[in-house]
Amino acid sequence: MIVDLAIVAVKAFLVLFMVLNLAGVLGWVERKGSALIQDRIGANRASIFGFAGMGLVNTLIADPLKFLTKEDFIPAAGDKLLHTLAPCMALFPALVTFAVIPFGDVLILGDRVINLQVANLNIGILYVFAMGSLGVYGIVIGAWASNNKFSLLGGVRGSAQMISYEVAMGLSVMGILMAYSTLDLQEIARDQGMLIRELLPARLGFLQPVMGWLPAWGVFLQPLGFLLFFTAAVAETKRIPFDLPEGESELVAGYHVEYSGGKFLMFFAGEFAEVVTVAGLVTTLFFGGWQVPYLMRDGFHFPWGSIWLLPHLAVVLLQVAAFTVKVLFFCWLQILLRWSVPRFRYDQVMRLGWKMMLPLALLNVAVTAVIIVAAQ
Amino acid sequence: MNAATAIFFVLAGLLVIASLMVVFLRRVVHCAIALVTALLLIAILFISLQAPMVGVLQVMVYAGAIMVLFLFVIMFLNPGALEQPSIAWWGLAVILSGLLGAFLVPLLSHYEASDNPVTSTELFGSPDVLAKSLFGEFVLPFEIASVLLLVAIIGAVVLGKREHGSDGAA
Repeated sequence: MIVDLAIVAVKAFLVLFMVLNLAGVLGWVERKGSALIQDRIGANRASIFGFAGMGLVNTLIADPLKFLTKEDFIPAAGDKLLHTLAPCMALFPALVTFAVIPFGDVLILGDRVINLQVANLNIGILYVFAMGSLGVYGIVIGAWASNNKFSLLGGVRGSAQMISYEVAMGLSVMGILMAYSTLDLQEIARDQGMLIRELLPARLGFLQPVMGWLPAWGVFLQPLGFLLFFTAAVAETKRIPFDLPEGESELVAGYHVEYSGGKFLMFFAGEFAEVVTVAGLVTTLFFGGWQVPYLMRDGFHFPWGSIWLLPHLAVVLLQVAAFTVKVLFFCWLQILLRWSVPRFRYDQVMRLGWKMMLPLALLNVAVTAVIIVAAQ
Repeated sequence: MNAATAIFFVLAGLLVIASLMVVFLRRVVHCAIALVTALLLIAILFISLQAPMVGVLQVMVYAGAIMVLFLFVIMFLNPGALEQPSIAWWGLAVILSGLLGAFLVPLLSHYEASDNPVTSTELFGSPDVLAKSLFGEFVLPFEIASVLLLVAIIGAVVLGKREHGSDGAA
């Protein structure tokens, strides 16, 4: 009993620690990455005796120190309680969503089987959407409590945008749920260990040599679903090209214009935690999660028949490493996206969400349903 | 009293406090936040009753969608603090609550309280069971409800797009 509780506590701490620290490191990667993209040198001032340590000094010491020693300003006409509560409301959902994302299969220590996932919910994906839908409150409440017209406009934009894209995001993931017929993220990750040739019906046998050797990752089964989900998820993080709630050129800084110091740090960290969570979700739903292609529980089984057996611990380490690499890749992809695309206009954001992504997502669901019924 | 019962009473106590705050706070945004808190507490109650699906749907639909739209409207109108309601309203409220209590207390006193509120099976409110009853036994009411909602949405759009003539309302 005690050991079980301890294992759960260690897993929860590890995941929270990784997400928070990755969020901090991403803050540095974003500055250095934008400098790389724009042909500048970028953040290079923070160092201890000339040692910048790959941005470690910057991320772990200089940034938090700067934020936490700044004045925490609350507008006199604002709502003090809600102004303080709003950053917590923004950070909380971003941090707890990762609880249902599996970062490995099972780790077997002696006779104990440890599921490498903090919370094994059979409705994992619904939990993700429930927590995602709570993310709006931080923005709306923060915007309202600041009692500032710019921030209020940002809050109104943010709530409309997030509700619109939640609809498209929910529908875009429907195809994946139908393809793997489960709501459990660990089950979805496990099913992606199959090969496409195991799923192809007999009458499509001629496709075997072309795509039979591919792993049954979500992106191969649901390419349109992946594009729609990734777009909607980026819109949910409110980053460029969807950063209308902040829109510096129009709204100064939007919903967090009246925030400074530690509270701004919480909004800032929440945004990067969302980036990490989006990367984790895209990895789990569409890119095999912790799966390494052809790696089964006992080692590699290549499609041409050869087998390379590996010890259990090596397999688990490979899985966790694969998950980490994929998550890092999608974090970087989001940063790349942010610094290469210009911002949409507000009506364009709404048109994209309701008139293009929603019908395409519905079409994706319909086509997936027809294919599944036809294949039976 | 076992752990499940203790958790229930803590949650129920917090729920009563949050619900009272919805009624008694005088700034509309504060009331809305208290209502969100109450809805989240109800969701935790569902989860503690082994029905995580119902709990998560409660968060998604009520706390995540409906209350956000409420807040959206409240922010647009931005009303000031509510004035204190008059004695007549208080009187009416007291009489109505008294009547409700007069019905509820006899009903509840006949109810056999079980030691453990968690009596449902794991299957209660699971996606499988929910889908089978929704799309099997109750498919006709389900489809009728969806048509009804569609009619309501189209009606709202038509009313929203109606030309306003000379009254200048926007």
